[in-house]
Amino acid sequence: MNIAVCAKRVPLSGGRWELTADNLDIDTSGASVGFTTSPHEECAAEAAVQLVEQLGGSSTVITLGVADSEEQIRSLLAVGVDRGVIIETDGSEWDPQATASALTEQIKAGSPDGAYDLVLLGTEAADTADFQVGIRMAHALGWPVVTNVKGMTIDGGVARCERAVGSSREVYEVTLPAVITVKDGLNIPRYPSVPGRIKARKKPVDTVTAEKPAARLEKVRLDLAVEEARSAEILGTGVDAVPALVEIFKNIGVL
Amino acid sequence: MSSIPASAKCVVIGAGIVGNSLVYHLARLGWRDIVQIDKGPLPNPGGSTGHASNFIFPVDHTKEMAHLTHESMRQYKEMGVFTECGGIEVARTEERMQELKRRITSAKAWGIPDTRLVTPAEVKELVPFIDESVILGGFYTPSVGVVDSVRAGTIMRERAQEMGALTSMGNVEVLDITVDNGKVTGVVTDKGTIEAEYVVIACGCWSPRLAEMAGARIPLTPAVHQMKDIGPVPFFADSKGDIEWPIVRDMDTFMYERQHGTGLEIGSYAHRAILYSPDELPSNAAAALSPTEFPFTQEDFDLQDEHALELMPEIVGDESIGEKYAINGILSLTPDGMPVLGETPEVKNLWSVAAVWIKEGPGTGKSVAEWMVLGESEIDLHASDIARFHEHHKTTYHVRSRTGEGFIKTYGIIHPNEQWAGNRNIRLSPYYEQEKALGAVFYETVGWERPWWYESNAGLVQKFGDAVMPRTGEWESRWWSPIINAEHLQMRETAGLTDLTAFAIFDIVGPGALASVQQTAVRQMDVAVGRVVYTPVLGINGGFKSDLTIMRLGKDHFRVVTGGAHGMADLKWFRDHLADGAQIVDLTSSWTTLGIWGPNARAILESVTGDNVSNEGFKFSTCRTIDIGTQRVLASRISYVGDLGWELYVPIEQGAKLWETIWNAGQEHGLIPVGIGVYGTTGRLEKGYRAYGAELETEYNAAEAGMLTAKIKDQDFVGKEAHLRHREEAPVTIMCSLTVDDHTSSTGEKRYMMGREPILTLDGNTITDAHGRNSYVTSAGSAPSIGKHILMAYLPPEYAAVGTKLKVEYLGEQYPVTVAGSGALFDPNNERILS
Repeated sequence: MNIAVCAKRVPLSGGRWELTADNLDIDTSGASVGFTTSPHEECAAEAAVQLVEQLGGSSTVITLGVADSEEQIRSLLAVGVDRGVIIETDGSEWDPQATASALTEQIKAGSPDGAYDLVLLGTEAADTADFQVGIRMAHALGWPVVTNVKGMTIDGGVARCERAVGSSREVYEVTLPAVITVKDGLNIPRYPSVPGRIKARKKPVDTVTAEKPAARLEKVRLDLAVEEARSAEILGTGVDAVPALVEIFKNIGVL
Repeated sequence: MSSIPASAKCVVIGAGIVGNSLVYHLARLGWRDIVQIDKGPLPNPGGSTGHASNFIFPVDHTKEMAHLTHESMRQYKEMGVFTECGGIEVARTEERMQELKRRITSAKAWGIPDTRLVTPAEVKELVPFIDESVILGGFYTPSVGVVDSVRAGTIMRERAQEMGALTSMGNVEVLDITVDNGKVTGVVTDKGTIEAEYVVIACGCWSPRLAEMAGARIPLTPAVHQMKDIGPVPFFADSKGDIEWPIVRDMDTFMYERQHGTGLEIGSYAHRAILYSPDELPSNAAAALSPTEFPFTQEDFDLQDEHALELMPEIVGDESIGEKYAINGILSLTPDGMPVLGETPEVKNLWSVAAVWIKEGPGTGKSVAEWMVLGESEIDLHASDIARFHEHHKTTYHVRSRTGEGFIKTYGIIHPNEQWAGNRNIRLSPYYEQEKALGAVFYETVGWERPWWYESNAGLVQKFGDAVMPRTGEWESRWWSPIINAEHLQMRETAGLTDLTAFAIFDIVGPGALASVQQTAVRQMDVAVGRVVYTPVLGINGGFKSDLTIMRLGKDHFRVVTGGAHGMADLKWFRDHLADGAQIVDLTSSWTTLGIWGPNARAILESVTGDNVSNEGFKFSTCRTIDIGTQRVLASRISYVGDLGWELYVPIEQGAKLWETIWNAGQEHGLIPVGIGVYGTTGRLEKGYRAYGAELETEYNAAEAGMLTAKIKDQDFVGKEAHLRHREEAPVTIMCSLTVDDHTSSTGEKRYMMGREPILTLDGNTITDAHGRNSYVTSAGSAPSIGKHILMAYLPPEYAAVGTKLKVEYLGEQYPVTVAGSGALFDPNNERILS
C-alpha cells in the first residue's frame, strides 16, 4: 500500500477567535496563537499508519501551506507517517479548486515507492470547511471517491467504507486506487511519543512549489459566530449539593 | 454576584499563590477590609500558578531564597497540601559534581538538614527508571516535595474570609490604578471603582502592565518554560495520588523529570529564551488553554526529547507512551533572578509582590505582609526589594537583555562573581578612558563599569611573589586575579588611586535636614560642619538597613554617601524618613569620587594643593573643600581600606581632570591604580570592616555585629527601642574574623573559600545560635598584609573566643580555621589611618 494523506495546518482553536482588520482572515498574529492539524486529517493519518502496519508499504503526508507547516508534518511523522511533502505557499489562501489541483499534481507524481494506491484526507478543513478538495481530486484523477467515512477496512485492493447517514449507515466498496475523505471518529489518533518525535526529525520532508491559479472563488468577508452566553449555576457545596446533582443526572438520563 | 465594594483598606490584585498568601497573612496580622480581585475566575484565574509544576527543592545558594522557600514549605505542610517525595539533582559532568558539593555547603549554611551526595547506584535505587550509566552522581534532598498550590490558595483565601477580613472576587478586570500626589488612591475596574489606602500588585507576569497604570515600574518579563507530560506510563500504573517517586533534576541538560500521577512530566529550562511582553498575553476568553499556557513549540524541545530519553530510556523510550499535554508555560523572569517585592519607589502605598514562584509563594506572602503591617519582615528581603533597581534597570531593553541571558542559567552553575555579558557600558565613570588605557578589568555594579584590577599592575605579582597568595583551584581562580593582592600590597607600601564613582550620593537639605538624618542614623548627627560620620542605619527591629557615611556640609546640609549596589534602596529609606522641612536630592550622577590611600597619599596631595592636609590640619573623620591644581575638590578623610587617605569629590565632568592631576603628581610617589578587588574585599577584610548585604542585614543587630557605640544619643532614631534592648542583652551570636589554618585539600592543592560556606564544629556539625541562625561565612577573601585568608562569620559566644578551633566546608572538604578576633587583624590600633 502506497498511501497519501493530505493534511492542512489550521489555527488552534479553543478560545475566542479574532479577525484581521479587513475581516478576511483569522488573526493569527498574536503570540499565543498556535497551529494544529485539522482533526479529521489526524484520523486520516492514523488510518494510513494502521494500514501500513497491517498491509506494508508506506505513507506520505502532503500539505499545501506555508513553510511553517513543517511543524504539523513533523507531528504526523511522529505518529508514524513515513515522509512529508510541503507545497509551499506564501500564506495567501488557495481556493478548493486550486488546492485540489496542486495536490493532484503531487498524487500523479507518486512517491519514491511508486504510484499511490490510496488518498486519504479529511472531509473538510477545520478552518475553511469547503468539503470540496477530496471530491475534486478524485474527479481530476478519475478515481472513485467516498466521503464522510467513519469506518474503513481494506482487503485485496478493495476499500470497504462506512458512513453514517441519519440513524443508519451506508457501506461502500471501492476498488483502489481511490480517494477517501474521513471524519473525526474514524479512529482514535495516537499521541506522538518521544521516540516518535525523535524519529520524525530524521524522516524526509520535501518542499515543492506549484503555480497558483487565479482564484475562482472570492472571499467577501468572515463573520464571527455569535457566542453563546455561558453561565454556570452553583448547585451548592459539599453534601448539600447532592440532591440537586441527582436531579440533574435524572433529567439528562444518566440515572 | 455581589457588587464590588466601593472602598477598602487594601486592594490585592491577583489571586494566584502570591495574592492568596498575602491576603491571608495581612488578615492574620490584623488587617481588615481587604478586597482581592482577579480578572480570571476563581479558584484558578489562569495565571502561572494554574500550570505550575508545583515542586519544591529547598536548597538554593541565595540565603534569602532558601529562607523564603523553607518558610513556604512549613506553611504548605501546615495546610496539608504538601507531599514529600524527595528530589535528586543528578550530574553528568565533573564540573556539576563539584557544584553538587557546593549545594551541600549551601544546605548546611542555611540549615537544610539531611541532604547528601549519592552514587549512581544509589540514584538507581531511589529512581529505578533512570539509566544510571549517564550520570556521575546526585545530590539527594529527601525533603523535596510537591504542593497543591491552587488548593493552598483557596485555603488561605477562605481563612482570611473566615476572619471577616476579605472579600475575594474573580472576573474583575483592573482598568486603572489611581494616584494622587504620589500616593495610590484606588483601582478602577470593569465592575466599578474601589477607593483604597493600599494597592498591591500580585499579578505575576501581568504585573508590569498594572504598575504602568500607576506610573510605576515592575521590571520583569513573561517568559516561556516548556513542559510536556507523557503517559500513561505502565510503571506508574498502580500509583496512588500525585507523586510517589523522587523528582529528578537533570542539571547539566537544564531539565527535570517528575512522576505526575500515571504520567511523567518532562520540563526544560534549556531552550532558547522565549520572552513576551505582558500585552502579548491573551485574555481568558481568547486563550486556547489559559492565558499563561501558550501552544507548545516542539522545535524548541527537540534536543530535550533526546536528553530525557538518555536519562530515562525505559519510560521515555516506550513508543506506546504518548504526549498527553505539552505547553509553553508562561512564568515571570527578572533581570537579576530575584523577586520584586515592596512598596514601589514611584508611588506611596502601591506595593509589588511579583516574580514569585510556587516554592517561595507563602513565605513571600507572609514576609511582605509583615513588611506592610509591621514595617519589617522577619526574613531580610533586601535582595528582592523593588527599590534595588536603578533607572536603567527598569527599561524593557535591560529586562529582556538580562533575562534572555539568564534564562539558560536557571539550572546553570553560577559563579558568585560571574559577570553579565549583555547591556554593559551603561554607566561610565569620567576616568573610564584612563582606566581602559591601564588595562582595567571591568566588573559591573548597577550599571557602573568598575575596574576590579589593572593589568598594568601585572608586574607587581612577580615583585611580591608568594605574598599575593596565588591560587591554583579553578573555582576560586575564576573571576579573580593575583593582581588584586599585588595592588593591595603596593597600596600599603606607597599609594593607590581608586575609582569610587559608583557611590550613591544624596544631599538632604533644608530646615528639617538635621532632624531627618537624626532619625535615620544611629550615631549623633548634630556634629560640627565638616565632620564625616560613619553610621549604622537600623530597621525598626534594630537590624541593619544600611551602613554609610554622612558628611555635614552646612547647618542644614548633609551629604549621604553609600554603596551603589544598595544605593536606591537607601535613597528610598531616607526619603521615607524625611522630617518636615527637608528635601532629598539624588546627586549620584552629579558627583564622582576618587579614593587615594596609602602611606604616600599625603605627600601626593601636598604636591597638588596649597591647603593644609597634615594630620593636624586635616583630621580624620572631617571633610572640607580644598584646591587641587585647577579644581575645587571636596576632600573627606576616611578610609574603608585601612590606610591614610581621602575620598575626593568633584562634579562628574571634572573627574578626568582630577585623575590627571593626581595621577601625574603620584608618579614619583609610587602611586598605582587600585581596583575594587582591593577596596571591596582585601582592604576591608583585614581591617574587619563589615559590608552591608554580607555581614549587615536586618537579621542581625548592632550588638551582634560588634558595632555598638560607647554611648547612645538622646535623640530618637528608627530602631532605637530595639537597639537599646540589644545593648542590654548578651548577644547570642557575635561577628568574628577567622583565619584558615591549612588550605590543603585531600589532593594536596591549596583551596580558598569564596564566602557563604558553613562554619562547622571540629566534629563537622553545623553551628546554630539561640535564634536558630546557622553560622556561615558572610565574606571571605585574602588578607595579603597578614598572609592569611580571612573568613567573617557570626558565631555563638561559646565558639567566638579568640583561638577557638573550628572548620569550614568548601566544595566537599573541611578545612581547619581559628577564630582570630572580632575586629581588625591588620593595624588594629589604626595607626595608619590616623597617621
